[in-house]
Amino acid sequence: MSAPVLLGNPTLASVTDQVSDIVLQRPTGRVWLLSFALALAFTGLLGAGIGYLLVKGVGIWGLDMPVAWAFAIADYVWWIAIGMAGTFISAALYLARQEWRTSLNRYAEAMTVFAVSVSGIFPILHLGRPWFFYWLAPYPDRMGVWPQWRSSLLWDFFAILAYLIVSILYFYVGLIPDLASLRDRARTRGRQVFYGLLALGWRGEARHWARFETLSLLLAGLAVPLVFSVHSMVALDFSEALLPGWHSTIFPPFFVAGALFSGFAMVLVLGIPLRRFYGLGNVITERHIDNLAKMMLAAGLFVDYSYLSEIFTAFYSGDPYDIAMTMQRFTGAYAWVFWTTIACNVVAIQALWWPRLRHHHGVLFALGIVVLVGMWFERLMLIVSSLYRDFLPSSWGMFYPTLWDLAFLFGSIGLFFALFLLFVRVLPLVSMFELRKLVHRHGGVAA
Amino acid sequence: MSASHGCLAQFSSVPALLAAVRQLRMDGYTRLEAYTPFAVEGLAEALGPVRDRIPLLMLLGGLLGGVGTLALQWYAAVIDYPVDVGGRPDASWPAFIPAALEMTILCAALAGVVGMLVGNGLPRLNHPLFNSERFEAASRDGFFVLLRADDPRYEIDRVLHDIEVLDPVHVEQVLP
Repeated sequence: MSAPVLLGNPTLASVTDQVSDIVLQRPTGRVWLLSFALALAFTGLLGAGIGYLLVKGVGIWGLDMPVAWAFAIADYVWWIAIGMAGTFISAALYLARQEWRTSLNRYAEAMTVFAVSVSGIFPILHLGRPWFFYWLAPYPDRMGVWPQWRSSLLWDFFAILAYLIVSILYFYVGLIPDLASLRDRARTRGRQVFYGLLALGWRGEARHWARFETLSLLLAGLAVPLVFSVHSMVALDFSEALLPGWHSTIFPPFFVAGALFSGFAMVLVLGIPLRRFYGLGNVITERHIDNLAKMMLAAGLFVDYSYLSEIFTAFYSGDPYDIAMTMQRFTGAYAWVFWTTIACNVVAIQALWWPRLRHHHGVLFALGIVVLVGMWFERLMLIVSSLYRDFLPSSWGMFYPTLWDLAFLFGSIGLFFALFLLFVRVLPLVSMFELRKLVHRHGGVAA
Repeated sequence: MSASHGCLAQFSSVPALLAAVRQLRMDGYTRLEAYTPFAVEGLAEALGPVRDRIPLLMLLGGLLGGVGTLALQWYAAVIDYPVDVGGRPDASWPAFIPAALEMTILCAALAGVVGMLVGNGLPRLNHPLFNSERFEAASRDGFFVLLRADDPRYEIDRVLHDIEVLDPVHVEQVLP
C-alpha cells in the first residue's frame, strides 16, 4: 500500500475552500510581491534586450559564423522542453488513470503554457528580421512565394504553433469548472464579473459534464502524441542537417527524453515552494514529490543511455568526423560544457536512488535546479561542439557569449516566473473539480 | 411565458440524487436537469439519451486539418511554386507529413473545444439558475435536480408532492 494521495479528512467543501481561498481570501504576501518585483525586473531586462536587438540586429549576441546557433537556440530548446512534462503529467497520466496526477496537473499545465510562450520568442528573434516571421506561414501573399515545405524549420513553426494553441486550449478547458467555482465563491463585484466571464456560464449540468469528460479524454489522447511529435520536430532541426553530432536518428527520442527530464525538474522546482508557501501539504503529499523524483530519475536514465549510445555509435561507425567531434566534446575548447552536463545529468541524479534523499525536499529542490542547469548546458554543448569544428578546418571558429546573451537567458527566466506568479494569484493552483471527484471516489476519505 | 423557470431541489449526496432522478423519470418527467460539482458517472444516462457528437466532430476536424494541409502543400509545391532542390520530387510526401500531423491535432482539438461549448450552449452570460442563492453550492458540494417548467407534466402542486417524497434537503422555485 503506497502513501495516500490526499491527507486529512477531505470533504467536497473542504478541498474547494482550501484551493479557492488561496485566490479569493489570502492577502497578497510580501514574499509574493518581492518575487514578482524581481521577476518583473528581469522581464524588463528581456524587454530592453528585445528593443535593442530590433534596432541593432542579432549581432548584439555572440553568435557568428560558424557558430550561428548558440544561446538563442539553446534557450529555445530548453524552454519548449520544460513545457513537455506539463502536458505529459496532465495527459499521459490521465490516460493511465494515475490518481496522483490530480494534485499536480493544473500548475504543470500552466508551466507548459508559459514555457512554450517564452520559448517562441527565441526562434522568432533569431530569424534576423523578426518582423517578417509571418512569412513562415503559408498564406497567399503578393510575392507569389510559398514556404519551403521540406525544411525542418517550417515543421518547427507548425509544431510550435500547434503545441502553443493546443496547450492553451487544454489548460483553459480544464479551468472552466474551477472558474465557475471561483465565480460562485467570489464576494466582490469585480471578481464575480471577472471569473463569471471566464467561466463562460458553466453550471455543471450532467450532460454538460458528459461532453466535458469526452472532450478531456480525447484532448488527452491527442496531447500525448503531440508532445512526442513536437519535440521530435525540434530534434529534426538538428538531425536534418549533415553536421557530425547532429545527423543522427537517435535525436528525436533522445530529445523527448531530455524534455521530460528537464520538465519534471521544473515541476519539482515549482511544486516544492508552492506546497510550502500555500500550505498544500495535504494535497501535494510526500507521495507526489516522491513520484516526481522517480519520474525525473527514470527520464534522466533515458538521457544518460542516449549519451552513451551517441558516444558508442560515433566510435563504432568508424567515421573520422564523428570520432573527431566526440573527442572535441571530451577534450576540446568546450570540454567544460560537456563535463558540466555529465556532472549534472549523469552523476548528480544518481542520488535519487536513495529513498531518504527523495524525501528531503531541500535536496530535491537543489537537484531540480542542477538538472535544469545541466539540461541547458547539454543544449549548448550539442549546438556549439558540432558547429565550431565541422568538416573543413578553414571554417572553424569559436563562440563567445556577450552580456546580451546572458540578459536574454535570465530575462526569459524572469518573464516565465512573472507569468507563473500571476497565475498563482489569479487562478486555482490545483484542479478543484478533479479533487472533488477524487474525494467522492474514495467515499469522502481519500486514501 | 410561465411564471417560473422550474423547480430546483437540492439533495445531500450522489446516491440520493441518482435515486431522485430515476424516480422522477419513472414519474414521467422528461425535462429534467441535474447539477453536480463534478462529473457523476451514469447521471447523464439516467436523465435520458445523451447526444454526444464530440468524437465525430474531432475526427472530422482532424481529417480536415490533415488532408487540408497535405493538399495545400501539394498545391504550393507542385502547381503554384515548384522549387527544384537537388532533383528531389516536387511532391515530397514524407516531408509533407510533419506539418500535416501537427495541423491534424490542432484542428481536431479546436473542433472538440468548439463542439463541447456549442453542445453545452456555452458561452452564456446569464441563466435563470443564477437567480438562486442556493445554486452556488452546485460548484462546491451541492447536488441539484431541476424540473423545468416547460415539462408537459409540470404542475406546481404535483411537482412539489413528487419531490417531497424523495426527501430533498431544500426545494425552491426558480424565477425565469
